[in-house]
Amino acid sequence: MSYLELLKLAAPEAIVVVTALAVLTIGLASTRASMLGPIVAMLGIVIAIGAVLMLPQHANLFGGMLVISPLNALFKIICLVLALVTVPLASSEKSLPNPGEYIAVLLLGAVGLMLLVGSEELLMIFIGLELLGLSLYVMAAFDKSDVRSAEAGLKYFLFGSTASAFTLFGISFIYGMSGTTALAAIGQKLAAGPVQPLLAVGIVMTLVGFAFKIAAAPFHLWAPDAYQGAPVPSAAFIASASKVASFVVLGKIVLVGFAPVHGSADWHAMVAGWSPVLAVLAALSILLGNFVALAQTNVRRLLAYSAVAHGGYTLLGIIAGGRDGFSATLFYTSIYAITLVGAFAVVGVVRRESGGDDLQNFAGLAARSPFLAGSMSIFFLSLAGLPPLAGFFGKFYLFSAAFRAGGNHGLLWLVAIALFGSFVSLYYYLIVLKIIFVDKSSDSVAGHSPLATRHIFGEAVIAVLAAAVLFLGIMPQTLAARILASLP
Amino acid sequence: MIAWTIYITFVGAIALLVLPRAFARWIALVTAIAAFTITLATFFCDDVDLAHFTTVVRVPWVPALGMNYHLALDGISLTLVLVTGIAAISAVLFSWDVAERQNEFFFWLLLVVGGSYGVFLSADLFLLFLFYELVIVPKYFLIAIFGSTNKEYGAMKLTLYSFFGGALVFLGIIAIYVSGGSLDLNQLARIQFAPQLQSWAFPVLFLGFAVLAGIWPLHTWAPTGHVAAPTAGSMLLAGIVMKLGAYAALRVAMNLLPQGFQMWRSWIAVLAVVGIVYAAAVALRQRDLKFVIGYSSVSHMGFVLLGFATANVFGVSGAVLQMFSHGVIGALLFAVAGRMIYRRTHTRELDALAGMNLSRALPFAAFTFVVASAASMGIPGFSGFAAEITILIGAWKSYPLAVWITGAGMVLVAAFTLRALKRAFFDVDLAAEGLAKEALATTNPRLTELSPITIPEKLGAGLLMFATLAIGLYPKFLLDRIQPAVEAMRFLK
Repeated sequence: MSYLELLKLAAPEAIVVVTALAVLTIGLASTRASMLGPIVAMLGIVIAIGAVLMLPQHANLFGGMLVISPLNALFKIICLVLALVTVPLASSEKSLPNPGEYIAVLLLGAVGLMLLVGSEELLMIFIGLELLGLSLYVMAAFDKSDVRSAEAGLKYFLFGSTASAFTLFGISFIYGMSGTTALAAIGQKLAAGPVQPLLAVGIVMTLVGFAFKIAAAPFHLWAPDAYQGAPVPSAAFIASASKVASFVVLGKIVLVGFAPVHGSADWHAMVAGWSPVLAVLAALSILLGNFVALAQTNVRRLLAYSAVAHGGYTLLGIIAGGRDGFSATLFYTSIYAITLVGAFAVVGVVRRESGGDDLQNFAGLAARSPFLAGSMSIFFLSLAGLPPLAGFFGKFYLFSAAFRAGGNHGLLWLVAIALFGSFVSLYYYLIVLKIIFVDKSSDSVAGHSPLATRHIFGEAVIAVLAAAVLFLGIMPQTLAARILASLP
Repeated sequence: MIAWTIYITFVGAIALLVLPRAFARWIALVTAIAAFTITLATFFCDDVDLAHFTTVVRVPWVPALGMNYHLALDGISLTLVLVTGIAAISAVLFSWDVAERQNEFFFWLLLVVGGSYGVFLSADLFLLFLFYELVIVPKYFLIAIFGSTNKEYGAMKLTLYSFFGGALVFLGIIAIYVSGGSLDLNQLARIQFAPQLQSWAFPVLFLGFAVLAGIWPLHTWAPTGHVAAPTAGSMLLAGIVMKLGAYAALRVAMNLLPQGFQMWRSWIAVLAVVGIVYAAAVALRQRDLKFVIGYSSVSHMGFVLLGFATANVFGVSGAVLQMFSHGVIGALLFAVAGRMIYRRTHTRELDALAGMNLSRALPFAAFTFVVASAASMGIPGFSGFAAEITILIGAWKSYPLAVWITGAGMVLVAAFTLRALKRAFFDVDLAAEGLAKEALATTNPRLTELSPITIPEKLGAGLLMFATLAIGLYPKFLLDRIQPAVEAMRFLK
């Protein structure tokens, strides 16, 4: 294996790194905020997407450290697209002091995502997690003038670093038991012998780190403050791309690496393993996330708690296991990420125009800007799982996969909890839409009507995302078939 | 061709978003009439097999999960498509004077109508559920934005009840899909599901759908929702939306899970009879005219459920006919109460109306209300009689006791209808005159005389009255198409 070949296979990552450095240089050179940085960044991401498409179908380097497969390529592209739509959001955010630096950090985070998605080896996964995590901590705390941003960054960092420590500890246990860090090899080793208590500890600790990343209860405590306090593009990136990559990796770890210790979460036949652990996390997340979201008065906090609940739904597919379940999880997390970036983009505009993102800032938005109100209703109704939007199909796919899994409808209890949770969630989504469409804007924000300043870039992103959510709801085949085809 | 009812309606809805306000109501009217014309053409076209659920369109949609865009038609769905068309046209005519956010109003209205066409024509379980859920949110906005009394509460209550039913339905549909391995309603209707599955999936599905049909004791959304809704909203609720639940309960729950149905049908009969009598008794005590009609809707829908529970051709055909009949009569009653009276007097309090001498002031409204009341009470010659008598004949074979109790209930129906009719239009009550003046003065100081009934109102009322009278005099017209389709259903055998 020559270095040239290695570079060829790692070309997408390399391109993004080079772009990050270029953007950093541009940011240093120009004192004023210019459009050059974002444009170069977007160009770099597009080229990287092209490079992913040029990769060979299959390759495996260094025992799984860098794996190229249809699945990994697809999710590298999805992560890059999510980074691509976050860049314009960042460029339209006026509160960020050094846009060049910010976008460079965002791109480095994207490299972390790609490493995470493209690896099937625990050490490399950990490095990806850390690279992504460090970028996100910086992005969360980026608005130095805002104390909430600092709070968000610090909380995210403290929780995140503790969780990483757990993961690393868990990985060391697994390495000790199996003598390898490659997922496929771990799977074979575990299948050979009986499950030992030490291994169970290792598995649970590894899962803790991921539960933190996907903000599953009870490891969600950072999420509300990070979502509310961080700059809007950072929150969008944390909530979308980081989650997608985490679900991809979590799925690979448990379904490939820990396959022999699947256990069973069936209500009539619980067997120890990772699936009952995840099932408890899922049930807890769905119930806690939805009920606490009912009491929120800030839209970003509300989105954070709903994200906890959605993390719970998404786990259902992994618990169900198999090709069907995993593809349902991947579909759901992808469309969820698209929807959430859109919702955050709208929140960002409203925040700039009316000075806040509490519920009352949205009052009468339909009269001030029909476009924003319409897009927001598309995003929220998709989150609520209503047709003809992507979330509806996603939930059907996910819940039917979970219902099918296990003998004799064993996961019925989890599906029932999820359905109950999504029934509860409809109330708070609808309340937001009621405030947008029915309520009149209060006096403090009425002065801004109709929305004064416009940002073509930002609005274009919102329009594209809303169209995507609608399109994936009507033609889910386009994404679902690709995901299914890429799974072995 | 019938599939175009769906497309035209949605195209009309989208056109409303982009075209200027001046065209709004005309677009809505043209759309509704076009869809209705297509239905009528299908109705009189002989080469359609209405005895079986015949495929109209079938295109692969998500092949990986076995989903098809699959529409089909039989006598039952055609009857309901027909009543949807009638209710839609008259609802548009009765909202001719909507002033604020007109485009938005008709947009939501057409979404409800289009989604309903979709439910009645879907032959794919997922597609049916998609259209079914699609109707809920437009309904919410229609009521919460444009409604009257306590509108946000009423809208939210209705929506949460619908979603609750939807969650139950979701579970039931997934159970059927996973166990049956298909989403095609015709294929599923040939599968024998395990008795254990049927015993729990049937009540979950049936109850989920029946929430929207106003089954007792989950009916409480109906009166508050009807009262809160704008006139067109209540007309659509009573005329179409309550039928969605009943239709889907028949098409999905009963037809796919016949053994579960046999297990539970006595309970359905009990709930239906309680609903008929209870709602009629409550209606007798209401002071608000719309509440009276709202409870009467619950009572009439109880007949539909009773018809289902009989599990014989007469009962079920009568239930379908009752869906048509109540769709027309309910819409007519709400049109009089909401548009003809409330828009002019700004009160629906029966005591206040008693002092206004409305039979003199608004003779056309009085005439319409008399016709609607007669139809609602089940006077021979109107569609209500034809439907209810068919249901009761069916019920006599299965549950004779239920017929006796229901008979008593029908007396109550007559009692509250006559009471409302007399109080609202024909009372000469000197004591109430002060109340009436007060109501008029506080809410409507400039208007001393009530404006006359407008042309669109007359057209809408005329269409509905014609429909109830035509079917009342010649029920065979619909029954001939309903009965073969019912006979093809599996739970009868």
